[in-house]
Amino acid sequence: MDYTPTPSQTVGPFFMIGFAGPLLISHIAAPGVPGERVKLVCTVFAGENQPVNDALIEIWQANAEGKYNHSGDPQEKPVDPSFLGFGRQGTDDLGVCVFHTIKPGRVPANDGSLQAPHLVVGVFTRGVLQRLPTRIYFAGDPANDSDPVLALVPAARRVTLLAQPVPGEPETWRFDVHLTGARETVFFDI
Amino acid sequence: MTSPAKPPVITPYRRLDPKTQPPLLYEPYRASVERAPRKPLILLPQTLSEITGPVYGHGDIQATDNDLTRQHAGEPQGQRILVTGRVLDDAGRPVPHTLIEIWQANAAGRYIHKADRNAAPLDPNFSGTGRTLTDAQGHYRFVTIQPGAYPWGNHPNAWRPRHIHFSLFGTAFATRLVTQMYFQGDPLIPFDPLLNAIPEEKARERLICKFDPNLTEPDWALAYRFDVILRGREATPFEGQ
Ligand SMILES: [Fe+2]
Repeated sequence: MDYTPTPSQTVGPFFMIGFAGPLLISHIAAPGVPGERVKLVCTVFAGENQPVNDALIEIWQANAEGKYNHSGDPQEKPVDPSFLGFGRQGTDDLGVCVFHTIKPGRVPANDGSLQAPHLVVGVFTRGVLQRLPTRIYFAGDPANDSDPVLALVPAARRVTLLAQPVPGEPETWRFDVHLTGARETVFFDI
Repeated sequence: MTSPAKPPVITPYRRLDPKTQPPLLYEPYRASVERAPRKPLILLPQTLSEITGPVYGHGDIQATDNDLTRQHAGEPQGQRILVTGRVLDDAGRPVPHTLIEIWQANAAGRYIHKADRNAAPLDPNFSGTGRTLTDAQGHYRFVTIQPGAYPWGNHPNAWRPRHIHFSLFGTAFATRLVTQMYFQGDPLIPFDPLLNAIPEEKARERLICKFDPNLTEPDWALAYRFDVILRGREATPFEGQ
């Protein structure tokens, strides 16, 4: 038998009919989930500054203790069954989608050190035949300097992975995804 | 800086062969010229963040979610079909209890989406969306209708072959897959830049479902088989560095 993995195809322009409903999740963390509250405003651009109004962003993250709600996380830390850590939204006419969550704790790296707080992200859009995996880190977090994944990224491009605090708007962070152009976001081959 | 006593044991998911997957940039697919990233992807050795991922339970699925012909008062127009198969990993092991979502055009080739400008009728009895979980052996089954082909603006007189969009999570962030299933013998297949972006013919054939006379239900519905293979894990764990 041939068990080569099935090829990917683009999500196309009409995925919202498939993803509308209970699995379209903006509130990753309900009020009361422990952790520093984060309102994450994501905008997707193509070219230099063309908003992409038909992109899908998926987010996966650990809880405030740095523990994933998944059987593959061996850490002896509690999970809150009400916090899955998954979010999914489509962008609007301005290329924007918003997530309400908490800042994750530090997750172990493969060498036993700790990764900086981060969200893993999948970007899907018409025009792109695969999912684009990226990460969101938090600008100004001192742990970024020793993060082993950020260290894989050329220094000049690391800024594309940093959410920036929005001045005057408490708890609000902005993350821009540039599919192409001079500020092209770092995407990973995982 | 505090460190955990011992590094986590990571058994990564095997990497994909690029000949079996579409590239990001494929000029005949015009939108990829506008939107495909140009800089090389950065190779990321999988960590705990990539080998975990969201898992859904039965509570998220309604009983009729896998039957797209029973979501309205009346039956939709079109040829009733069953689409059934298994979700397996690359060693042939079943992927149990995993979420599959589908969406598709109606029999006339029209999506129930505000951005669909195709001059074909909507069907008040068809939404074109379904979801299900695989069973313990990785089996799934949808009841739907044969979607129509539809025109799109990619090139002069461009038509998409009939297809159903599939979305699967699998066991981890690393196994997430969004794809499209096509139908055997569709005359539009040789002209479709999305399918033909995949370099190997054998790989393209993996997206084409097969008519199955044994699963076809007499006097009721034609049946097609479509198995989905997700990335599987390496044989040995990666421990520390
Ligand atoms: Fe489609």
